[in-house]
Amino acid sequence: MFEYYKDLIIELTKKDIKVRYKNSYLGYFWSLANPLFLALIFYFIFKVVTKVQMKDYTLFLISGLFVWQWINNSIMVSTNLYIANASLIKKVNFPRNFLAVSLVLSEGFNFLISIPVIIGFMLYYHHYPSIKWLIYIPIVLIITGIMIYSLSLLVATINLFFRDMERLVGLLLTFLFYMTPIIYPVSMIPQKYKFVLYLNPFAPFILTWQELFLHNRLDLKYLFISFIYALVALIVSTFIFNKLKYKFAELV
Amino acid sequence: MIRVKFENVTKYYTLLNTGGIKNFILNFFREYKKIKSNRFLALENISFEVKDKDVVGIIGKNGAGKSTTLGLIAGVLKPTSGRVEVNGRIAPLLELGAGFHPDLTGRENVILNGILLGMTKKEILSKLDSIIEFSELGEFIDQPIRIYSSGMLSRLGFSVAVHTNPDILLIDEVLSVGDFKFQEKSKNKIYEFKEKGKTIIFVSHDIGMVEELCDKVILIHEHKLLYQGDVKKGVELYEQL
Ligand SMILES: Nc1ncnc2c1ncn2[C@@H]1O[C@H](COP(=O)(O)OP(=O)(O)OP(=O)(O)O)[C@@H](O)[C@H]1O
Ligand SMILES: [Mg+2]
Repeated sequence: MFEYYKDLIIELTKKDIKVRYKNSYLGYFWSLANPLFLALIFYFIFKVVTKVQMKDYTLFLISGLFVWQWINNSIMVSTNLYIANASLIKKVNFPRNFLAVSLVLSEGFNFLISIPVIIGFMLYYHHYPSIKWLIYIPIVLIITGIMIYSLSLLVATINLFFRDMERLVGLLLTFLFYMTPIIYPVSMIPQKYKFVLYLNPFAPFILTWQELFLHNRLDLKYLFISFIYALVALIVSTFIFNKLKYKFAELV
Repeated sequence: MIRVKFENVTKYYTLLNTGGIKNFILNFFREYKKIKSNRFLALENISFEVKDKDVVGIIGKNGAGKSTTLGLIAGVLKPTSGRVEVNGRIAPLLELGAGFHPDLTGRENVILNGILLGMTKKEILSKLDSIIEFSELGEFIDQPIRIYSSGMLSRLGFSVAVHTNPDILLIDEVLSVGDFKFQEKSKNKIYEFKEKGKTIIFVSHDIGMVEELCDKVILIHEHKLLYQGDVKKGVELYEQL
């Protein structure tokens, strides 16, 4: 059975990756284009026009935006995850959450292969990756992956019951994007609003990644908060998914 | 040995036409009650048994509840009340390219589909040649399936499904798309399954084929089980409805 589950996950993930890169030879560049283009816009607004004072602002932008793209894309795609596979869900009883697993893995793969671009920017600004990454990155990657999986599964499930989830999710993600220190540093948030960082479930993840790319440091406080968020999200989404999974075939 | 057993199975579908999540949150209690009460009866108190090696036809008018019955057997639906028991590996014959991805080649889709139907990668690879040969797609097998005709798609799907080596084969109206020759070939394959002593559950409006293939029928009428047993008698009853 283990072998079967392993094969299922690998093949579903391979499919997602293949489909993305088959559609255009430029698939890789397209997946870089979005965060890079955003980085350019925000660089213009905050560095050129309003002159934010921050060391390594570009690198800061880039590292946050690439992580955000992984989160944002996975959750947006998940709104349609089960509806897109309707004919299969109506007939075959495979473990439905594996679709969410493969979604996170293929989007995570995309993030992984964009790390060289981040390193490119690092080198340009005289930052150097550290050997410690070999331990840090897998840890942060797994915790982030669990968080994204849980939210994707939740969104995919609820979207079967309320088809207008997609818009709500899009709105919420835009809101959270601006509430997360991606385009402005934490140090610019006034003290009395700092608590927002803890309420925003994505903030600790982004902060952990930024710290990793900018200072080669694993911020244990934010890592721990991320871990708690991921764990709670996993428990809640698994519970809801298990309650509702038998209705999927009726509703798609 | 009993392959499939239904005990007083009743199935209601949940009907959702709520005003979306906005209304749901704003009027939580009213909407919640609405969902609970808004349901549709698809099967009422059905009991039957399918034994090993049985070839059973399920017949009935449109909307009677045949596909629902197969969904319950496949385990994709859960009964509202009653019990469904299934012993053995199931392979549903999927309709046109279900689970196929248009941008992948036939070969890639075979592997993916085989896994979704419960085979391991190793199993599929060992049967790959035979699957491709059976599908008669020739060099098209390495083309993206978006350029396939619907008949070609159903050949591919059929070839994968019959190679999963199931104990129970579920067929819901999927044989009619291939060309004459492939239909004959599919039928032969199904007879081969029958001779091998597999259990087959066959839903079709092609009464001729039901009479020819099945040794037992289940007649469902208006969500209830009207008759089960002898094929001739069942078909007669059905034609009088
Ligand atoms: N997902 C669903 N949600 C709500 N009602 C459904 C759903 N699927 C089927 N029904 C209803 O349940 C009843 C039984 O449907 P089913 O698909 O089992 O019929 P069937 O016997 O297979 O018909 P056909 O010969 O047309 O294929 C029908 O009245 C149908 O409208
Ligand atoms: Mg039907």
